[in-house]
Amino acid sequence: MDIFYPIKLLADWFTFSLFSITPQTLLADAVNFFIYDTIKIFILLTVIIFAVSVIRSFLPPEKIRFILSHKNKYTGNVIASLLGIITPFCSCSAIPLFLGFVQAGVPLGTTFSFLVASPMINEVALVLLLGMFGWKIALIYIVSGLIIAILSGIIIGKMKMENLVEPFVYENSINAKTDLPNMTWSDRFTYARDYTWDIIKKVWPYILIGIGVGAWIHGYVPADFLAQYAGSGKWYAVPLAVLIGIPLYSNAASIIPLVGALTEKGVSMGTTLAFMMAVTALSLPEFMILKRVMKTRLILIFAGIVGVGIMFTGYLFNWIL
Amino acid sequence: MENKTASIQVLGSGCPTCKKLFEITEKAVSDLGLGIKVEYINDVQKIISMGVMQSPVLAVNGKPALVGFTPDIEKIKKAIQDNL
Repeated sequence: MDIFYPIKLLADWFTFSLFSITPQTLLADAVNFFIYDTIKIFILLTVIIFAVSVIRSFLPPEKIRFILSHKNKYTGNVIASLLGIITPFCSCSAIPLFLGFVQAGVPLGTTFSFLVASPMINEVALVLLLGMFGWKIALIYIVSGLIIAILSGIIIGKMKMENLVEPFVYENSINAKTDLPNMTWSDRFTYARDYTWDIIKKVWPYILIGIGVGAWIHGYVPADFLAQYAGSGKWYAVPLAVLIGIPLYSNAASIIPLVGALTEKGVSMGTTLAFMMAVTALSLPEFMILKRVMKTRLILIFAGIVGVGIMFTGYLFNWIL
Repeated sequence: MENKTASIQVLGSGCPTCKKLFEITEKAVSDLGLGIKVEYINDVQKIISMGVMQSPVLAVNGKPALVGFTPDIEKIKKAIQDNL
């Protein structure tokens, strides 16, 4: 039994009864797809972001830092990547997190694992993946993302890149233990409600545009139309997808519903995964902001390692799936 | 005025919620009749040095009293009174 079946009925009612569109037409198909996906995605967004926010109120970055400052290198990379999943990340929080971690003695490699996982595996991306591709692809995305974050952090840790961090960062050092004010359950709900609302307010136009264009593609572009350009046999599809993805971070919310429709038309799954990972994990605005705390060379090394990891994932799943 | 030495600060990264917390805090302080000037600080290093990595922060006497969210005015008043 599909738990989204009631939404399907509702979408059918809107399309065929309220708007009286003739069934089995391209227009009916596109409109039905748009209504169904929109309702489903917004329900998922509300429920999942709220739940993640409540969990996060128990594990704020300050607690995560305390945990990480006590772990050895490899365990630290694993835990940092896992904790990155529940932590929200916008380019505006990159600097506070980086400074806060490094100044409290969290190793650079561990900090990078966190910086990779946090934006790549975020709750909005998860909802959209789940809604558009189902749980299997969402899980593949999470697991590959975690592996990339863990390995990138370990490699950067091994390369001893501390000299490429701006010297002022190490001038301040702080205690890793912070006594945060206690939160009551009602505080947690206030926090989760506000956070969920903030995110939805921010992403809804992007999601509607993404689903809208996706619905149009779904209805009007012939099946397999893109296979000749971006099918799994095309070696250049993966690196090209990664390059295109880098400047698109702020539009991640419209990209994912859109690529959902592209895969239907023949873009292979590995290429799609690589594209979405590049959109979320390699973000041009984040790189610009990170220049305040590290040398350009370190940013390039970081982007290079993550980029190679993403391309490897793309090729791997083009080959397997 | 009492609490001459007390300080109340709102620290933020410049986000809209930070500004909102600052405004509500100013109102809370004047409602409580504390006569303390609320400072608005826009310096990330200050937040980090306080041990916090989220914004906004409401700090009373240099210690974080509310972190990462903006509750309603009653909660803010309580957070101020509990920490003064």
